[in-house]
Amino acid sequence: MNTSLNTPSLLLNVTHLSLQFGGVQAIADLSLKTYSGEVLAIIGPNGAGKTSLLNAVTRVFDPSGGQIYFKDQDLTQLPRHQIAKLGIARTFQNIELFETATVLDNLLLGRNRFFQGHWWQQVLHTPALARLEEEARAEVETIIDFLDLTAWRNSPISGLPYGVRKVVELGRAICAKPELLFLDEPASGLNPEETRDLAFWIDDIRKELGITVVMVEHDMSLVSAVADRVICMAQGRILAEGSPAEVQSNPLVVAAYLGA
Amino acid sequence: MRFDYHTRYREGFALWRSPFDRNLYALLALILIVLPWVVTPFALGELSYLFILSIASLGLMTLTGFTGQVSLGHAAFVAIGAYGHAWFLSKGLPLPLSLLLTALMSAAAGLLVGIPAIRVSGLYLAMVTMAFAIIVEQVIGHWSSVTGGFTGLAVNDPSLWGASLAGPKTFYYFCLIMLCLVLLALLNIMRSGTGRALIGIRESEAASYALGISVKGMKASAFALSAGITGLAGALLAHHLKYLTPDGFTLLLSLELVLMVVIGGLGSLRGAILGAVLISLLPTAISRIKPFLPDSIAKQFGLETFIFGFVLAVFVLFEPMGLNGRWLKIRTFLESFPLYRRDTFKRNKRYMKSERYR
Repeated sequence: MNTSLNTPSLLLNVTHLSLQFGGVQAIADLSLKTYSGEVLAIIGPNGAGKTSLLNAVTRVFDPSGGQIYFKDQDLTQLPRHQIAKLGIARTFQNIELFETATVLDNLLLGRNRFFQGHWWQQVLHTPALARLEEEARAEVETIIDFLDLTAWRNSPISGLPYGVRKVVELGRAICAKPELLFLDEPASGLNPEETRDLAFWIDDIRKELGITVVMVEHDMSLVSAVADRVICMAQGRILAEGSPAEVQSNPLVVAAYLGA
Repeated sequence: MRFDYHTRYREGFALWRSPFDRNLYALLALILIVLPWVVTPFALGELSYLFILSIASLGLMTLTGFTGQVSLGHAAFVAIGAYGHAWFLSKGLPLPLSLLLTALMSAAAGLLVGIPAIRVSGLYLAMVTMAFAIIVEQVIGHWSSVTGGFTGLAVNDPSLWGASLAGPKTFYYFCLIMLCLVLLALLNIMRSGTGRALIGIRESEAASYALGISVKGMKASAFALSAGITGLAGALLAHHLKYLTPDGFTLLLSLELVLMVVIGGLGSLRGAILGAVLISLLPTAISRIKPFLPDSIAKQFGLETFIFGFVLAVFVLFEPMGLNGRWLKIRTFLESFPLYRRDTFKRNKRYMKSERYR
């Protein structure tokens, strides 16, 4: 058991975040907190700003206002590629894998934020670098075991079925050993069986690896199965917050989905 | 049937996949070493030229094949390398130091072009690099005090610790060793973190950012590395040509280099060399078959350009993975012989890529 589970601390603190694209207000004055050790699900109808929120936090978009604090670090002041170094990893809605590379290389790339040898060690392939590569490979192998990817280890991504690609992308994010993991619609395009596997993995990611998970998801069966807390967004604002059952029965949420 | 049986992780990224592979490459090395005693000095010169082109092709492959950045102006880096090396040698610098300085100077020029490359990509980047090549060509033509202008510049013979390397045999070995060093360095880079990051940038910039790869910095570094290697090829080319004029480094050379990496197979070092072999042998092959062609075709102006274009079109249509792709298919067929699946290399339909952001 990870000790941080017992004493939850504030991990991500978003305050008064707003994001505008011209006249479109994607996120309006949104505040939310994420505590270590929890699984937070963000739901909401299409165009609610869920993915925009994820993209604002991972610095794909520059927010128009507000602060995003990860522990004591203001993320809005950081360049985009520095986010991973803090221990934040993410997956994408429309799988962003390195298509022609093998599963193994994709997962090794997940470890990019760790030291991979000085440039001269890489050019000369020194014994120290070979050891470093072996250690990286060993780390990756544990993730391959964890996610049951052994059969696909050396296959290029371009030949893999959709469900496996989703898992590889999840694996690549875990290889970065993040503290905070964002999953953007992890179950979209998966069949019920794969979704059930995913629920177990998300549970294990939290319990065994001690990673805090924030996921954007539409599949309420998955959300109910794994999430501790659910936030429902609509039109860039938070509509409701609470346990999965509470949010599901909230009249505002029902209205937002059904347009009543 | 061939199976990988690894007992240590380092066997997974070894240079040779099996003892058989190692023996095959050892045989190739042996052939290349004894070749000077078998072939004519003229053929030896052509082979040296082939090695030089291979180095340049490897340079462009680093950029276009691995990092996914198009360049239609790599002749400029060959020219900068050739003139820079000739100038350094004329100032009395020893050969190794001059080669090093040439590579660094060319890399600096690459960085200069690489900086706009951070902002533009694809077709626009192709135009920027092409413009750079045209500018360099003009500068060389008009900066007579250093480059000799259109009258040209003689290159000092290469010598190392008092021994001349200008003879066909010694120059052949000199080029072969340089090619091996460049190839080995690139092989090592491509199987380590930097190489993976380059491929990452080529395949998905969004994911590269999310994994902490400094995309802009890597793109600029890839330009510098590529230009440095290409400049090194230019330095060797200066010795091969012995006399430099601006018309040796035109757009045609840039296009030949692009042909090499595309026909060889983008994203593979083996492809860069196979492409260089094919493109440099093609003119010789054409002149050999000319006597057998009817006069109306053989005397036709632009026959070579036509055949170059034709070969490229054939590859793009029938073998987009290039010579390396064909090689991999044959190898896989032999290795999995009775159990080869016919659709192993069939390209899958791509899934929808909507809402992509960079």
